[in-house]
Amino acid sequence: MAKKLRVLVAKPGLDGHDRGAKVVARALRDAGFEVIYTGLHQTPEMISEAALQEDVDVVGLSVLSGAHMTLFPETMRLLKEKGAGDILVFGGGIIPKEDMEELYKQGCGRLFGPGTPTTEIVSYLKEKFPDRS
Amino acid sequence: MSDDLKRVAEERQRWQAGVEPAEAGQFQTLSGVPIDGLYTPVDVADFEYLKDLGFPGQYPFTRGVRNNMYRGRQWTMREFSGFGTARDTNGRYKFLLAHGETGLSVAFDFPTLYGRDSDEAISRGEVGKCGVAISSLADMETLFEGIPMQDVSTSMTINGPASVVWAFYIAAAEKQGVPSEKLRGTIQNDILKEYIAQKSWLFPPKPSMRIITDIMAYAAKRVPKWNTISISGYHIREAGSTAAQELAFTLKDGLTYVEAGIKAGLDVDLFAPRLSYFFNSHLDFFEEIAKFRAARRIWAREMKETFKAKKPESWLLRFHTQTAGCSLTAQQPENNIVRTAFQALAAVLGGTQSLHTNSMDETWALPTEKAVLIALRTQQLIAEETGVVNTIDPLGGSYFVEALTNEMEKQAYEYFRKIDALGGMVKAIEHGFPQREIADAAFRYQKLVEQGRRTVVGVNKHVLEGEKLEIPLLKIDHTVEEEQHRRLQELRARRDNVRVKKALADLKAACTGTDNVMYPILEAVRAYATLGEICGTMKEVFGSYEEPPMF
Repeated sequence: MAKKLRVLVAKPGLDGHDRGAKVVARALRDAGFEVIYTGLHQTPEMISEAALQEDVDVVGLSVLSGAHMTLFPETMRLLKEKGAGDILVFGGGIIPKEDMEELYKQGCGRLFGPGTPTTEIVSYLKEKFPDRS
Repeated sequence: MSDDLKRVAEERQRWQAGVEPAEAGQFQTLSGVPIDGLYTPVDVADFEYLKDLGFPGQYPFTRGVRNNMYRGRQWTMREFSGFGTARDTNGRYKFLLAHGETGLSVAFDFPTLYGRDSDEAISRGEVGKCGVAISSLADMETLFEGIPMQDVSTSMTINGPASVVWAFYIAAAEKQGVPSEKLRGTIQNDILKEYIAQKSWLFPPKPSMRIITDIMAYAAKRVPKWNTISISGYHIREAGSTAAQELAFTLKDGLTYVEAGIKAGLDVDLFAPRLSYFFNSHLDFFEEIAKFRAARRIWAREMKETFKAKKPESWLLRFHTQTAGCSLTAQQPENNIVRTAFQALAAVLGGTQSLHTNSMDETWALPTEKAVLIALRTQQLIAEETGVVNTIDPLGGSYFVEALTNEMEKQAYEYFRKIDALGGMVKAIEHGFPQREIADAAFRYQKLVEQGRRTVVGVNKHVLEGEKLEIPLLKIDHTVEEEQHRRLQELRARRDNVRVKKALADLKAACTGTDNVMYPILEAVRAYATLGEICGTMKEVFGSYEEPPMF
């Protein structure tokens, strides 16, 4: 049997809006993935550390505070620094289109905006990891 | 049941037999309350006018808290705003006041909400983004420059560090020569809902409750016109709760503060009149109106009968309303103007004392000047054009609205019983009970939307293919963060650091002992100690709080 996809859902920064992160975490779990949720107020340092310790394939960041241009690049940089640059970082929140494009250039995975059905996020991860269940 | 009612019941049954039956679950409120096709006197058979409704301005206040309601005075039009530096936001306040706004409402950025200075490491990337950055008295002075603080009423959405930010406000008024006795406004200061939903806490629940009772005692003595807690359902609803959960958890929080005040030795009639509420007005028009009406009746009954408050001012539930941010869509954002207008109308028909209307662009960014002006105009249209203000509680007596009001009340009491069984609200929060109920409701709602069983116009129905965003968005420059760093550095160099050190040591002693913390906080604030320094000192004594992650 294929190894289950392990996903870390994380809330970086001081942003307390966790409705989206929790809904997505549940939807990914219901889709059969192994989901770990960090809880609130995590620094990029804590998130990259947790990603390594939990041996995840994917990190999903949820940012609604406007701090995405600091928090996404910093998390990706730290993962690379720790030799875990192969972990896919994707995310969601309130992220303007120009910022999305800039983050894609930096190697970020897909970013989902408000109104996205959770099924779309599940299909995205399944496509990215076709050999996993 | 009277013969008359029996006849109505029989006739209703006969009428129903001729109506094609609806699919189960087809007609329900946004929160899932099943709704009948028709309501008649039979649905409010036990209804007693004087006991259940009474008159406006009289117990149990179901029809409103003032005897003349909007015929006497309009609600306060208050747009929640704050962005960038204190200087940027000061400009926005002057703009709004010049266009007919009647009260201010301060939105702070995340570092401020968590009691952190703009130049702390954890604040990186967040300074001035979701609100205005206020790190010291100097920032608060700038925020209110040229705004006479004796004339304006100000609401501040601040919770964990409410004591400190309130002290900034009081001290900034002193600088303007305005004594604290003249200040009018509200601090949100509702820490219980922070643990439940908004999540910007500082200290654990116990010391937090102690600070709140210190604030209530200080206000009673020195700032008598101030609302010391705005018990808030708004964020509970935004986190995904149902209307009944919002009603139940919020009122239970309020009753818990009352218990804490009484336990701390305060006279209930001294502090209860300064408690106010803050609710969400969501999409389901009648459900929201019923919720507001039920809230007033429950609060009046509990204050009078359970807590034996004697003053009528202690019984009446005054509230601010904000339209539902979570109901707005990123898609076709102009539609949000219409959503907001319906929600604002529900708040007015529900008898609100104060109202914030969201701007159409708020799923994308903080509002532009144009967007916020339309939001303010929406309120002015309701007040000055629609005629709904002419009579009080115009929906009172509607069989449907009264039955739904009763239903809301019933559901709230069911939750009260569950929370009591867990040992009260603080215990229930520690168990994660309200948090889980809300997360469950949020997930249920999302599923319904994805299955197409809940329509969200522009998102899962009436979608515009290949839609492009055509509204301008407000951008917060990253220079805001640099400017705040510079201001803080200059402040720390300029102030009397010996005085700061002594003030912080005195504060620490008060936190360790039982003296009211407001006095040493104010002294530290006057010495220009920063928000981070003051909250850091308090944290040394009180510790910090971490939530067990769950989803």
